[in-house]
Amino acid sequence: MREEANSKILRVVPREKAFYFFTSIGNYTGESASSLKEFMEKLSFLDVKVVEFHVNRGDFEKWTVEVLGDNKLAEEIVTLRKGGLRGEQLRSQLCVMVSRRYQQLVRPVVLFR
Amino acid sequence: MSIGEQLGVSHSTIYDRMKKMEHHGVIRAYTVVVDNEKIGKRKITALVTIVASPRESEKVAEKLCKVREVLEVYASVSDELSIIAKVVADTQEMLHDFIANSVAPIPGVLRIRTAIVTKKFKEIALPIDDSPKRLTTVRGKRVKVEKLDLERGSKFEDS
Repeated sequence: MREEANSKILRVVPREKAFYFFTSIGNYTGESASSLKEFMEKLSFLDVKVVEFHVNRGDFEKWTVEVLGDNKLAEEIVTLRKGGLRGEQLRSQLCVMVSRRYQQLVRPVVLFR
Repeated sequence: MSIGEQLGVSHSTIYDRMKKMEHHGVIRAYTVVVDNEKIGKRKITALVTIVASPRESEKVAEKLCKVREVLEVYASVSDELSIIAKVVADTQEMLHDFIANSVAPIPGVLRIRTAIVTKKFKEIALPIDDSPKRLTTVRGKRVKVEKLDLERGSKFEDS
């Protein structure tokens, strides 16, 4: 059951559901992410303005809930947004958060009896 | 002053010529340009430049042409192949959503630059008068205008 939920979050979504990165209103960078893995990778090198733009608008949490179906990650991103971080600090915190979540999903917890 | 009076021909001649021009697609439409601000419907206008891959650019332009919010679509070649579209939306938020959800995902779109119009200084269709040669009446005689010289006035040539 949990594995099924995890693979849903980790799946590659179709082009029309991908996340498109913008620097400001209507200014598309040419970068997009079709999966959580790609999202995590792109966050590490995109201009920090891109990260600030989408965090402030609440776009990342919206995409993680509505497209990936990951409420846990979305809640963490909301907390980060409310923290008011900016610039590289914001990016690095977000990268750590997404990367940690990705690792949790690809390596499910092993229960010892 | 009517068109017939201006050109020194009858109304029926003008009517026939207009019908011919409609038939041949010279006159494509008769339209009304409404000033949205004056009727209390403020809209955001944006000039959107879409850099597209050469293989897909025609398809990108065709897709844009089908969208209601897109008023004009042009192709342009400068450094890269671009498509320029005039887009209207109710709010900046709606403009962004439209570009993010309907333009960016079109296959072949590489980058998008959007300039939001803040003030409109002029918006008209190209007047027919600007054609290099035209017929006009000078002192009751029909003549052909060779070229318009704004400094010294028009230079005329007998037809």
